[in-house]
Amino acid sequence: MLNNDFFINTVRFIALVLLQILLLNNINFMGYINPYAYITFILVFPLNANKSLLIFLAFLLGLTIDMFMDSGGVHAAACSFIAYIRPWILKFSFGVSYEHNTIRIGKTSMAQRFSYVGIMVLLHHFILFSLEIFSLQHILLIVKSTLFSGIFTILLVLGLIILFSRKK
Amino acid sequence: MQQIIYFFIRNKNFLLFLFLFVISLFFTIQSHTYHSGKFVTSANFLTGGIYSFESSISEYFGLEKQNLKLVEENKRLRTQLSLLSENATAKVEDSSFLNSRFRFRTAKVINNTYSKSKNYLTINRGKRDSISIDMGVISPKGIIGIVNATSGNYATVLSILNTESQINARLKKSNHFGSLVWNTEDPNVAQLIDIPRLAPVVIGDTVVTGGRSTIFPEGVLIGTIKDYNLEEGSNYYDLDIELFNDMTNLRHVYVIENLDADEILELENAVDDVE
Repeated sequence: MLNNDFFINTVRFIALVLLQILLLNNINFMGYINPYAYITFILVFPLNANKSLLIFLAFLLGLTIDMFMDSGGVHAAACSFIAYIRPWILKFSFGVSYEHNTIRIGKTSMAQRFSYVGIMVLLHHFILFSLEIFSLQHILLIVKSTLFSGIFTILLVLGLIILFSRKK
Repeated sequence: MQQIIYFFIRNKNFLLFLFLFVISLFFTIQSHTYHSGKFVTSANFLTGGIYSFESSISEYFGLEKQNLKLVEENKRLRTQLSLLSENATAKVEDSSFLNSRFRFRTAKVINNTYSKSKNYLTINRGKRDSISIDMGVISPKGIIGIVNATSGNYATVLSILNTESQINARLKKSNHFGSLVWNTEDPNVAQLIDIPRLAPVVIGDTVVTGGRSTIFPEGVLIGTIKDYNLEEGSNYYDLDIELFNDMTNLRHVYVIENLDADEILELENAVDDVE
């Protein structure tokens, strides 16, 4: 069982990184809007798994993306942040019942899932663009990028979650 | 003592997060400072390999356009060459007399970004092809950026579409010079700042590199003036420059090595030391 989880998550990690760098980074919708759907890895990581492990893997995921995008450590920072606050967001969106391992993200109601994905994606993007642009003068650009890319990412992530959960 | 250990155990997730977050911030800040040896770049074995695999496939889709560009450049160079040989009084027989200060090497762009505020390119030449940091990169149509990290087989280039980039440029007609920067708004428009008020600025005029740095030869094409703005009470123009290059579509580029760079820098440092 443990080996199975390990295998699935390794494949997911590599597949999402490749999807991000080879396909999604080249979309450039309206010049600058790209979805960052690789964070699906953090969102669907087993809910009862070790939290420290998730934070570390999220950091590694972000750093891999940073390496491909030459963006310093902005993705790593944003990823480790949402991995760290994930338990609180889960509690907020799904109620305390998630702690009893009864929840499968693929089987929750649409509204709950949307609030979970939406909050996580917007937080991730806001940190990402704040660090990347790194200047208060461009606060409008930060908010604009967060919103536009965020909407794009949320739609894509919801689609990916349906895709991932159908297998079981 | 026990209290401290309990504290660590209780907050291990937070401490781990804090630790990793600080490392990421460190990487981020390091990437914001211009000249520094960076750890996290796409000039390495893994990322370079994957990007060159990707470009070996996607290359075929743009072949026609790229060929057209190269043919256009050949045409321009041929024209210059014929002018030169008509005007030359004494022909240069031996190529060793042609001691150009600059050496050009070809390279292919295997990764290119233009939608962020800090954009980089990755090219398929590295240390083993004698590429080193601070060499200039141009395309058939004009300036692209400066090499900022190298590995064995790959190098990353700080694009002119990067808020950290600042390149000496001048008006072709009048020799007034300023700095070329980018305000992140449009990948085809860069800004030329600090052009003195006295300069005759006309929309449509050509802007070229200034040759005050050791990186680019003088007179490499940059773009044309699209719009200008002189603020009330300011002594300097801010110009919008429409780039000749389509920065969103780059494949074949040249890396420029200035053979005298070391000598010039050494001399300048020596002068600075004396002062």
